[in-house]
Amino acid sequence: MAKAEKIEIIEKWCKGCEICVEFCPTGAIEMRDFKVAIKDLEKCTACMQCELRCPDFAIIVYKKEKE
Amino acid sequence: MSYDYAKYLRKGKLPHIWCAGCSYGIVLKSLIRAIDSLQWDKNDVAIVSGIGCASRLPGYVDFNTLHTTHGRSIAFATGLKLANPKLNVLAMGGDGDMTAIGGNHFIHACRRNLDITIFVFNNNIYGMTGAQYSPTTPKGAWATTSPYGMAENNFNITDLAIGAGATYVARTTAYHVAHCEKTMKEAFLHKGTSVVEIINSCPTGFGRKNKFKTPASMLMWMKDNAVNIEKAKNMSPEELAGKFIIGVLHKVERPEYLETYDATVGLKK
Repeated sequence: MAKAEKIEIIEKWCKGCEICVEFCPTGAIEMRDFKVAIKDLEKCTACMQCELRCPDFAIIVYKKEKE
Repeated sequence: MSYDYAKYLRKGKLPHIWCAGCSYGIVLKSLIRAIDSLQWDKNDVAIVSGIGCASRLPGYVDFNTLHTTHGRSIAFATGLKLANPKLNVLAMGGDGDMTAIGGNHFIHACRRNLDITIFVFNNNIYGMTGAQYSPTTPKGAWATTSPYGMAENNFNITDLAIGAGATYVARTTAYHVAHCEKTMKEAFLHKGTSVVEIINSCPTGFGRKNKFKTPASMLMWMKDNAVNIEKAKNMSPEELAGKFIIGVLHKVERPEYLETYDATVGLKK
């Protein structure tokens, strides 16, 4: 299964709408102080739903290259 | 990173003014991907908008952009296209901007069949001015100017465009990101006036008071109630009650205005 190498969050742009958290199928991200935060990077399957649906350009998922 | 938007963004203008959870940001991303897939030069694209939340969109993208008066985006876009036919002109605005204040421009652009693309961002409300009802607010829905529920019938934007004579009419939603991108691309490539209605969500103005608890629930409503046109063909009117159809609703070929104009005034024999 694909894994994420890094999830970049641009906190300055995040408005805390929770769309990314609600669409995440594995619970890899959560809300912390009204902003999105990484809960467990290991859980991320790099499905890109959060990146695709973020209205604020605030979350970027970097896919891990196959070893 | 599945796609890098940085090339088309005016990064200094971000974060945008839209509320938390507003789906316009999602549609903006689909728009950028659609234009990028067409491989158009940035200088060959012009985006014209009126007034409203949706009309703030051109401010964030690095194309030729024009922010005009309320409802007049199509009038400015028409002038732009006639003066410089090589430009790919997109006129866009919200449901109020396009069908109420700019309603006349909208129907006459459809009738004229000039080669421009029109996107109507339909979020069922006037979000920017304080959630007053718009021509597309569904019957019974709450708005600050309809506190007992909307009493009037609402506009069906796509039917209006078909009736007025647009040659490409489609509907898509902010939830269906890939479908949105594909529909936008088709609309750009169509020769003649193409109208795309994009169903959007306004969590602050509309959702909060109409039993949508979160921005994500508004997106899920689109998922649950949108029916693809291919599937809708085999469905009865009872099954379709309360749902809306997405996809290409109307596509015909008709002489394009620039060509007929040139032929009429004798520029082209």
